[in-house]
Amino acid sequence: MKGIMKDEMKWTGVFVSPWVVGFGVFLAFPVVASLFYSFCDYSVLSKPVWIGFGNYVDLMDDDVFWISLKNTFVFALFALPLGMITSLGLAALLHACALGKSTFRAIFFLPSLVPVVANAIVWIWMFNGEYGLLNYGLSMVGQQGPNWLQDPRWAMSALVFMGLWGVGQSIVIFLASFQEVPVEMYEAAELDGASLWQKFWRVTIPLISPVIFFQFITGIIGVLQVFAMPYIMTAGGPARATLFYSMYLYDNAFRYLKMGYACAMAWILFMIILVLTWTAVTVSKKYVHYQGQ
Amino acid sequence: MATKTKSDTPFFGRKQVQENFLQATIFIGLGLLSVLFLLPFLWMVSTSLKPIEETMKMPPTFIPRPAHWRNYLDAVKAIPFFLYASNTVIVCVLGAAGTMVSSAMVAYGFAFLRWPGRNVFFWLTVSTMMVPFPVIMVPLYSVFRSLGMIGTLMPLWLPAWFGSAWNIFLMRQFFLGIPKDLLDAARIDGCTEWQIFWRVVLPLAKPVLIVVGLFHVIWAWNDFLGPLLYLTRQETYTLSLGLQFFQSQQGGTEWHLLMAASSLVILPVLILFLFGQRALIRGITMTGFKM
Repeated sequence: MKGIMKDEMKWTGVFVSPWVVGFGVFLAFPVVASLFYSFCDYSVLSKPVWIGFGNYVDLMDDDVFWISLKNTFVFALFALPLGMITSLGLAALLHACALGKSTFRAIFFLPSLVPVVANAIVWIWMFNGEYGLLNYGLSMVGQQGPNWLQDPRWAMSALVFMGLWGVGQSIVIFLASFQEVPVEMYEAAELDGASLWQKFWRVTIPLISPVIFFQFITGIIGVLQVFAMPYIMTAGGPARATLFYSMYLYDNAFRYLKMGYACAMAWILFMIILVLTWTAVTVSKKYVHYQGQ
Repeated sequence: MATKTKSDTPFFGRKQVQENFLQATIFIGLGLLSVLFLLPFLWMVSTSLKPIEETMKMPPTFIPRPAHWRNYLDAVKAIPFFLYASNTVIVCVLGAAGTMVSSAMVAYGFAFLRWPGRNVFFWLTVSTMMVPFPVIMVPLYSVFRSLGMIGTLMPLWLPAWFGSAWNIFLMRQFFLGIPKDLLDAARIDGCTEWQIFWRVVLPLAKPVLIVVGLFHVIWAWNDFLGPLLYLTRQETYTLSLGLQFFQSQQGGTEWHLLMAASSLVILPVLILFLFGQRALIRGITMTGFKM
């Protein structure tokens, strides 16, 4: 018996050791080191020097930090609900569609797989003030479109709008969750004389609420980290109108080599995400319906 | 349905007509929305086939005649496209192979072997999926710097050989669905754990392996932040970084070439999508997670 146990331990060593190394070197150490650096003056070129809460205190006085935080929240506040409503709506239409469903699904899904750089470049061209397709479309209905990405009043809206192009994965998830709703539920509702609209709001939505909730949580985590799209499209401009939190963090770390400062920003972001997630979980207990509860 | 309405309702076929009307409305609605979703692609391909003067014509032409296929040749020459492409393929293939093998091994350890601390370590593994990348970005850079890997492709694929939390989780869930009797039967036949893993579990895990591999390839093909952090020399650039570099260099004038290059970068993803759509959709619904 002891021999078997020893054997199993030996095999555990073989199978799990890659992850012990990977977890330690690429996750655990960086997390701990990052927390440590956030209390240090650190440029990767020299050894970190402990300065206590110095970075955090400086951040509170840093106007650009607050601008980037505000921009990120504004983006999240519009992009996340709009994205969820759009994907829920499109998934519902797809679910009700009898003809060509998988073709439509493929068309909605595809843009979410496009490399972010290609995506950004295509949309810079779409948004071009003079020759862009969008302003051409607007001119057809007699409107003069702005110079989207160069206009501080419109740049953020443009980014929110193009974000809707990438809702394909949520559509696929919602569509799959619609198909999980048992038919008997609808039949029961029909017996009670429920209309199509009522069936959607009273049967479908409550039953898939865990999926909606999960999408919402991962959406928060993702949307607060947006980096590549604004970095390529606007570089934070015009006049810092689209300077996002992750971009300012990246600039601090790799352009100004204020790596301790950047780590402090990262930990503030982490705390914000944890607080928002915790709040969402607490609030959701009232609304999210889990099967078998 | 049709027979039911015939006998049940006095208004012959009325329900059917209503339903047909609804279906037609949905079909037309989805059709219009599909055109909207496809427009950026069509606009990209259209621009990529225009001579430069035609890109600045208002109102725009949608089908350039004659089509300037030369733009694709010029785009490939304007950036060292094939060098960037081969760098990207290296990162994609080595990374996908690494994460498939290593994550499957570790998942086997979590699913089928008993060892002290297993549950705690698994719980730790899952909880790290919450950590945003910016938190580990700086120390990770220092790690690769002290390993002398900055400026090489290694930071982009090497970590994949040491497992990834999400793939380990996904595979473990899949492995738990494999009947234990199968493994016990193999053990009685005198198979070692490695033989069971290689000959029994992996062949059964093909669906999840394909999902993990396919997602890694697409993720690595699309990755921008990683290459931006670690690649310092132009000859090591991946396509994402090279394309962005090209765009920022020429300041947005040669739209025909930019669109041709973008089309070429998207093409492999499109091909993977056409062949792997089922696996991709299965993967996304399996996880309920965004990439």
